[in-house]
Amino acid sequence: MITQDQGFFGRLTWDSFPVAALIRHPGTNEIVANAAAAVVVVGVVVVVALLSWFRLWGPLWRDWLTSADHKKIGIMYVVFAVVMLARGVLEGVVMRAQQAAGPGDGFLAAEHFAELFSTHGTIMIFFVAVPFVFGIANYVVPLMIGARDVAFPVMNQISLGLTVSAGMMLMVSLVVGEFSTGGWTAYPPYTGAAFNPGVGPDYWIWAIVVSGIGTTLTGINFAVTIYKLRAPGMTFMRLPMYCWTIICSSILIVFAMPPLGVAALLLAADRYLDFHFFTNDLGGNMMNYANLFWLFGHPEVYLLVLPAYGIYSEVFATFSAKRLYGYNSLVIATMSIAILSFTVWLHHFFTMGQSALINAVFGIATMLIAIPTGVKVYDWMATLWRGRIRFSVPMLYGLAFLMLFVIGGLSGVILANPTVDYQVHNTLFLVAHFHNVLLPGVLFGLLAAYNYWFPKAFGFRLNEGWGRVSVALWTLGFMLTFLPLYFVGLLGMPRRSFSWEDPDFHPYMIVALIGALVVLGALLSVLVQLWVSIRDRDRTRVPAGDPWDGRTLEWSIPAPPPAYNFAIIPRVSDRDEFAAAKEGGAAYPSPAAYEDIDIPRNTGIGFILCVLSGVWMFALVWWIWWLAILASVLIILAIIFWSFDSSTELTIPAEEVRKAHEAWLEQVRQAPAIDRDDETTSRNRGLARPDLEPAT
Amino acid sequence: MKRAPTHSYPGINLGERHASAHKATEVVTFGFWVFLMSDLVYFGLMFAIYITMIDAQAGGPGPHELFDLHSIFAQTLILLTSSLTVGLAMLALKYNLPRVRIVFWFAVTLVLGLSFLVLEVRDFMAMAEKGGVPQRSGFLSAFFGLVPLHGLHVAAGCLWLIVLGIQLRVMGMTDRIKSRVVRLALFWHFLDLIWIGIITIVYFGGLAYG
Repeated sequence: MITQDQGFFGRLTWDSFPVAALIRHPGTNEIVANAAAAVVVVGVVVVVALLSWFRLWGPLWRDWLTSADHKKIGIMYVVFAVVMLARGVLEGVVMRAQQAAGPGDGFLAAEHFAELFSTHGTIMIFFVAVPFVFGIANYVVPLMIGARDVAFPVMNQISLGLTVSAGMMLMVSLVVGEFSTGGWTAYPPYTGAAFNPGVGPDYWIWAIVVSGIGTTLTGINFAVTIYKLRAPGMTFMRLPMYCWTIICSSILIVFAMPPLGVAALLLAADRYLDFHFFTNDLGGNMMNYANLFWLFGHPEVYLLVLPAYGIYSEVFATFSAKRLYGYNSLVIATMSIAILSFTVWLHHFFTMGQSALINAVFGIATMLIAIPTGVKVYDWMATLWRGRIRFSVPMLYGLAFLMLFVIGGLSGVILANPTVDYQVHNTLFLVAHFHNVLLPGVLFGLLAAYNYWFPKAFGFRLNEGWGRVSVALWTLGFMLTFLPLYFVGLLGMPRRSFSWEDPDFHPYMIVALIGALVVLGALLSVLVQLWVSIRDRDRTRVPAGDPWDGRTLEWSIPAPPPAYNFAIIPRVSDRDEFAAAKEGGAAYPSPAAYEDIDIPRNTGIGFILCVLSGVWMFALVWWIWWLAILASVLIILAIIFWSFDSSTELTIPAEEVRKAHEAWLEQVRQAPAIDRDDETTSRNRGLARPDLEPAT
Repeated sequence: MKRAPTHSYPGINLGERHASAHKATEVVTFGFWVFLMSDLVYFGLMFAIYITMIDAQAGGPGPHELFDLHSIFAQTLILLTSSLTVGLAMLALKYNLPRVRIVFWFAVTLVLGLSFLVLEVRDFMAMAEKGGVPQRSGFLSAFFGLVPLHGLHVAAGCLWLIVLGIQLRVMGMTDRIKSRVVRLALFWHFLDLIWIGIITIVYFGGLAYG
């Protein structure tokens, strides 16, 4: 509710900056807050300085920010996700340190701790998991289905812009004002104007609304891409498993993002315009919010984990040198999970007053999800069975996933029982459960994908040794941090408590802190691996494009692929098209003729909307109405202006395609065909020797 | 022998007369249908919220004091007629009638859309005079969360009509412009569909149960 008179800068004053608090009453809490703000400011300054020093502004603008190439957009998504991941992990470590500081109040103020768990959750779900999942999908899906780009390349760029600008709001909230203290779910009435008049919940609302629009557009884009742009001959039952999971994930987005948008916008109406959707008085009903949020929230976790299942399916098949076992059952299981995920949202609030019957129905629906998931686990194990397994980095992530994820899944079945849930809800048992599915499930999958497809994207392999170190550290760090939380949760420790008294909790908290430090080490090891790999890139190049003896179409083109992906659109006649071509000696064909290829031309609209939506959000958070109106008008004008642009495509002449493609075919002929045992040595130039004796 | 599909998406297709545009329109129209599905979920949820809040009048004015069915009847006629006129614009495109016909039916649709908005805003002002403002109760919040959301869509459709009308003149009948006419027509019919839901659930339902 807007009450006081506003100045030119709305409610933004000197006191809005955390520096003001530091000067007035310096303490540990203020120092931590200002250190975080300083990291953001210094980070921006360093990036700007480096770009200026190496004169990279031009290339950055021409080759990246204005590009509508799905491959570059995918890479930018992943870079953004990793930056946000660093912040999310650091916040996790600070929270673990606070709780490990012993019985009592620790070193952070209660409000500050609440901000930490709110930003940690919001960042990890919306600005790490989602952009990472769709960064990988952006890169891989068009290559897997034999397409030259996604269905709507410019809309793809706009999705990225909106996701990034929303993520930047969370960074801005470190430097100006504060973030919400209402958790990632932001339940009213606590987040309503009566209890929380500050800017915190407003930062949450607008970041969620704008990133939600970006994600919805992404979902539409990928659903249409896979439905309509598959190469000739690629029927649905020849679609690689990963693409099946992305299409399910996209369908989930199309139907599940609107409830989140509705929840956040109605909360905004309550806060800004004094509506009564979720207030305590005048007929507001908080339960509508809980239902709306989890109507989104539950499908959300499946739209994150299904693509990870898809990644594991590709990794297990490739590194076992076998066809994926039980493809049909995996497709059915994936679709079943997608549909069931819409029928279980109520299990997030069993304790909020429904009848026992309703709780029982949703409890059973929840347990049902374990069936298709179990089918998948058995299919993956059967894929490994009698395969020629190589324990390379993505495979190791996959194996860690298989073992740890089953524990997380089973603790989910325990929680699905409403009577048990009454005992352990709102304890660290729950925190242990969802980290147990999100880390070994989603994050390990994404890291496997990063190691698996990196050579395709950049033309050289990642360092194997450091990859193994990071698998070990992630696995160990995960187990040390989160498995103790099951126990301390059963002992009754509530989640989200900045302070606790029972000395029995202490040993678990210490172990969890040690685990968090190991996770921090794991994150560092990923960065070291990248640095070492770039340093040694001349020894690990794989220009022929098939370093792992891959099975699907993305491995049949150069690494890195040309802007148009495929010189000639392939004709598909097998589920593992490239593996079949290699077995039949039909890989790397020389086309008789080439055609001109249209690719999307660069455009600045995504970047412009990124900046304008950022200004719009900031103005709304701080009640700077003139700026909010100005930004709205400019956004509409920018879209209209862009719609008058009629030259959106660039034509690459056939002759140029022919030259590039023939040069690459020559490279393939020069490359030594290597056995799978040699694939981590420098002899691997990306040409696999077809197996004489295929695995059974 | 397999017949070449002439109908590649639901709704009026451009057809063989527009060979290249018909092909180019397939993917983007399919995408637009997916978008409409997503938008429909927004409205569906707002309807659900409204239904749960019909009783949440908190002693404030309810449907019987606030709703004016005469005005709703006029708005319904206007909006349904506009669906006909935008359909005629679409048919003019499909059968290659002179471009001015499309622009004419666009103009009629625009006038109808704006008249609808004027009547709707007048209704809201009359409601406010009787104390029916969204700040009064949960019921009124739900009403003003849903009905103006539809109005906002109509306003966006009007803006789209204006911009596309200009583009028809400036950019000519390119494949891209033809495909936009197809999508605008779909969008406009979608608004009608939502309006049918609004008169049934919000107005009739409100009067029956509120």
